[in-house]
Amino acid sequence: MRYAMAIDTNKCVGCSDCVVACQTENNVPHGYCRDWIVESVSGTYPNLDLEFRSERCNHCDNAPCVRCCPTGASHIEQGGIVVVNHDECIGCGACIQSCPYDARYPHPDGFVDKCTFCIHRVEKGQNPACVDVCPTSCLHFGDLDDPKSDVSMAIKDRSWKVLAPEAGTKPQLYFLT
Amino acid sequence: MKEELFVSGRNIPNIDPYLNIWHWQIPLYLFLGGLAAGILFFAGYFVVRGKEKEMPATVKWATIIAPIALIIGLGALFWDLTHKLYFWQLYTTIRFTSPMSWGAWTLMAITPLSILWVASYMKEMFPRWDWKFDILNQFEAWIIKNRLPFAWIMMILSIILGVYTGILLSAFNARPLWNTSILGPLFLVSGFSTGLATIMWVSKDEHERKVLARIDLIFIAIELFLITHLFMGFLAGTAVATEAAQLFLGGDFTVSFWVYVVILGLILPATLEILEMFRFHIPKWLPPFLILFGGLMLRFVMVEAGQITRFLY
Repeated sequence: MRYAMAIDTNKCVGCSDCVVACQTENNVPHGYCRDWIVESVSGTYPNLDLEFRSERCNHCDNAPCVRCCPTGASHIEQGGIVVVNHDECIGCGACIQSCPYDARYPHPDGFVDKCTFCIHRVEKGQNPACVDVCPTSCLHFGDLDDPKSDVSMAIKDRSWKVLAPEAGTKPQLYFLT
Repeated sequence: MKEELFVSGRNIPNIDPYLNIWHWQIPLYLFLGGLAAGILFFAGYFVVRGKEKEMPATVKWATIIAPIALIIGLGALFWDLTHKLYFWQLYTTIRFTSPMSWGAWTLMAITPLSILWVASYMKEMFPRWDWKFDILNQFEAWIIKNRLPFAWIMMILSIILGVYTGILLSAFNARPLWNTSILGPLFLVSGFSTGLATIMWVSKDEHERKVLARIDLIFIAIELFLITHLFMGFLAGTAVATEAAQLFLGGDFTVSFWVYVVILGLILPATLEILEMFRFHIPKWLPPFLILFGGLMLRFVMVEAGQITRFLY
């Protein structure tokens, strides 16, 4: 089993609904986010391309945050989901420094926090909150090992990219282009 | 041509533009850790070489500073944790892939060892010292008897400690400025150099200071050599590495690195030490002071600048 997410950058309108849904679902403290929208413009005038990306933790296959964690608080759950165990986290910041996506932040309560792919929902067979709430249905979640899953179907016939592949982390967010 | 023109970034109020998660505590600790490693290494080294009598400051007096530096350093590390009451979780596991885990265990071993080392010389340093309890006297006698193996263990642990202060940073491939394996040897050599400087400051013996200054000159030369290679590596590296090096080559940290670290912290004290060899009169405190200042600045500059360098946005 390998959970992953595909984000259709052609469909995303950058409404930030996923951000609000995540904050509500996971009680994210004010001024922090577990997911966010990036807007990038490329090309040469007048042929410009605008791309919206809904980004979050990449739940990397080769997760540097898990490697650097001195206590094992950052660990990999079933299906490759990277999770922080709050009671083992000492707040040293090593995982924050090791993440090329800056997906982690220190929670005001002390421990380090980040996207969990809404593991509490996934365990019940539901989608992450951001996926369910997306008004353009541009987020696809599921098991990559299952060819019939939403995410496998989404990336099957499309070209995609991952962020900062040169960092060598084998990220699991697939941005459909 | 399709080129990315601009990216909005993320604009998360408490995280962006960049998450400065490590503050003054970390570079201070890296400095004190390296300094203690230096002091302890040379104390062990001269005992192993059988030169205890010739190097009284190195083997005895200066080692008092090592446990103090280590404890202040540990205090700084603890201060920087955001989930402080859970710090003991460090000692419930050994994670081989995490340099911080290695460091935590090394500190756990070398801090008490350095205290024992100082304790075993207390009677020599302060003849009227009395341990009061018989069992402590017996324990002291046991340490004094086994001083040679102690010295060996301390030398090995201090090398691990010194390297670890650099590896701690270089393990983070997300921060291109830190992600170079040369940082381990660089911080080791710099830490040993600051340790030597501290001993020189403490020492009252002309001959001892001369020996230490000669060793220190070699270490400064190696440090300059490693810094050159650091930049060669960056400039021959990937785009993110070249960009990281630009912080020191015209960017925000150019002056603080080249003036404070390289000129004031390395070249000037080396010049003064050479002049002293040729019998010029140099204030005794000046070269050590400059070396310690340079060592502290190197760590502050590297930690601050490294946190700015990144892959995205």
